[in-house]
Amino acid sequence: MTEVAPAKVYHDTIVIRLIQYSVIWALVAMLGGVWLAAELVWPGLDFGQSWLSYGRLRPLHTNGVIFGFGVSALMATAFYSVQRTCHVPLFLPRLAWFCCHAWQLIVLLGGLSLLAGHNAGKEYAELEWPFDIAIAVVWVCFAVVFFGTIATRKIRPIYISNWFYGALIIVIAMLHIVNSLAVPVGPMRSYSLFAGAQDAVVQWWYGHNAVGFLLTGGFLGMLYYFLPKQSGRPIWSYRLSVLAFWAFVYSYIWAGPHHLHYNSVPDWVQTLGMVMSIVLLAPSWATMVNGIMTVSSAWEKLRTDPALKFIVLSLAFYGLATFEGPMMSIRSVNVVSHFTDWTIGHVHSGALGWNAMITYGTFYFMAPRLVGAELYSRRLANAHFWLALAGTMLYIVAMWAAGVSQGLLWLSVDEIGELSFDFKDIMASMNPYYILRLVAGLIFLTGTFLMAYNLYMTVRGRPAQRATVPAVAPAYGVG
Amino acid sequence: MSGMWLHRKFEEHTGLLIFGILFVSAIGGLVQLLPILDQESLETAEANTRPHTALELAGRDIYIREGCSVCHSQQIRPLIAEVERYGPYSRAGEFVYDRPFLWGSKRTGPDLHRIGGRYSDDWHRIHLLDPRAVVPGSIMPAYPWLARRAAPTGEDMAARMAGLRLLGHPYTDEDIANAGAELDGLMEIDALIAYLQSLGTGYTEAGP
Repeated sequence: MTEVAPAKVYHDTIVIRLIQYSVIWALVAMLGGVWLAAELVWPGLDFGQSWLSYGRLRPLHTNGVIFGFGVSALMATAFYSVQRTCHVPLFLPRLAWFCCHAWQLIVLLGGLSLLAGHNAGKEYAELEWPFDIAIAVVWVCFAVVFFGTIATRKIRPIYISNWFYGALIIVIAMLHIVNSLAVPVGPMRSYSLFAGAQDAVVQWWYGHNAVGFLLTGGFLGMLYYFLPKQSGRPIWSYRLSVLAFWAFVYSYIWAGPHHLHYNSVPDWVQTLGMVMSIVLLAPSWATMVNGIMTVSSAWEKLRTDPALKFIVLSLAFYGLATFEGPMMSIRSVNVVSHFTDWTIGHVHSGALGWNAMITYGTFYFMAPRLVGAELYSRRLANAHFWLALAGTMLYIVAMWAAGVSQGLLWLSVDEIGELSFDFKDIMASMNPYYILRLVAGLIFLTGTFLMAYNLYMTVRGRPAQRATVPAVAPAYGVG
Repeated sequence: MSGMWLHRKFEEHTGLLIFGILFVSAIGGLVQLLPILDQESLETAEANTRPHTALELAGRDIYIREGCSVCHSQQIRPLIAEVERYGPYSRAGEFVYDRPFLWGSKRTGPDLHRIGGRYSDDWHRIHLLDPRAVVPGSIMPAYPWLARRAAPTGEDMAARMAGLRLLGHPYTDEDIANAGAELDGLMEIDALIAYLQSLGTGYTEAGP
């Protein structure tokens, strides 16, 4: 498994392997999502099997997407870009390989444990305590490899993409460790150190910022490396990117309590969470504007370059989701959206439109370069693009319609304060939207299959190129 | 520009960058979490709120295992429609023995915080085994295996209760010793129903 390479060649085999893992998890986890969507239309689809039951399959879907597909892609792109922005091969490549394989093992065994019903009960932190410890260990190794590479760099400035990947690594470690604190009472069972309302605030500090620093911060690292690379244009304003970075790191962490509006937690923490969520719009859109301006003199490339198309479209969805989020965090909007499918739609406009799209863009960018070949089929990639866009749009629109009507119908009372609608009837009226969502998921999944085939045909039988480290211009060199 | 001088420092020193990110990202969490974790009223039980019995605790763990909170919230907001539909709004003091909390984030099915006592045990049994037998059009999964699997042993529950006692739940030695007798001969579905029937009973509008 170890790669014996002279000091002056980048370690790229590990990047290829991580891309492969990431694509496999994307297929598995999205298939799980489609199955879940189908179960909401035909509840008998679990066939009386506990492991196929909605409540067990759902955490597999979320964990598979976030930790399988997402983190593998983040590791792949981080390892690819940190070497190239530091002009130095990976620090401790054997440790990097350990991270790569140990992480896959955690996702695989963790996924199976979720199907078996070992669930710690916290959203996006469902894995039980032995996995929590393993995650912390692998994460620290990831940090050593990443920051070790930066510390041994040959270029004096640390490029902005590495700041975002660095924030991902540091903040996720902090959140994971605090939120997972628990007393084990068996080999696969534990009780949270925090209880009730206090546990809720800790959990959403974790939950919201897992979104913030993993699904936003980490993927912004991708954006800042791959967007300028693929468009052939430098970042429009490097100063704005640095300013937005610190504003982002500072303000994101406050937003968690907007998940607890009107819940049994003190008002001040709800209001603080709401205000800071709105503040968050500034760094989010500063980043989006910076990205759009970067690509604005290279629009013509969008016609011919599938990778760039994905990356630019992801930026649009990033803008949409980071606008919608602050709006939903306003208490009077949240009163309608909370507990409804609107939330599910919001999550997917981020997860499909932003995270998956930009990841697909980086894969289409890296795969041909890593093996020194052309992409197998540009036509398939273009078809994938339109399927991904159509699937995402249909998904979001279906869930907007479902969520807004749910929220309003639940709250509706007549002139003497009696409820206007029965819960059962409102639930039954969701059926058409759930069917649309299933179709949307199938369309998106089909696109992902096309990409898997396309990438497979591109890298099949080809070893990683030996990419040599270029010389550093003396003005930017270390010491 | 003075800002650029500071920027250079972070941009060229790995250790400083790591420390900077850690420091800047920790502020918001500290400001919110420390007062919340220090607030006594959030740790004070309502007058009628008591720790889960061994049977209810076993049921609660099954509720978590099956992912019930994926589709059911346990949090009634102080809004007229919610109070009409579900009952008195949720109080923080009712959740002090909930580790983890199970308020949920999605209502595909209805809120369950005040489900206790609303339906009979038999209704729950039929509903869990075949939801559409009592709620036509329901999209809830059936849970046939709950009726086939024995509830956890007393020994197992004793370990769980000892862990919770370590965290401050007021279980007596007697409570723990009796766990076995409480669960003897029961199935998982009985434990889950006992838990559901206990939900929301920790608060009464008339007061204690």
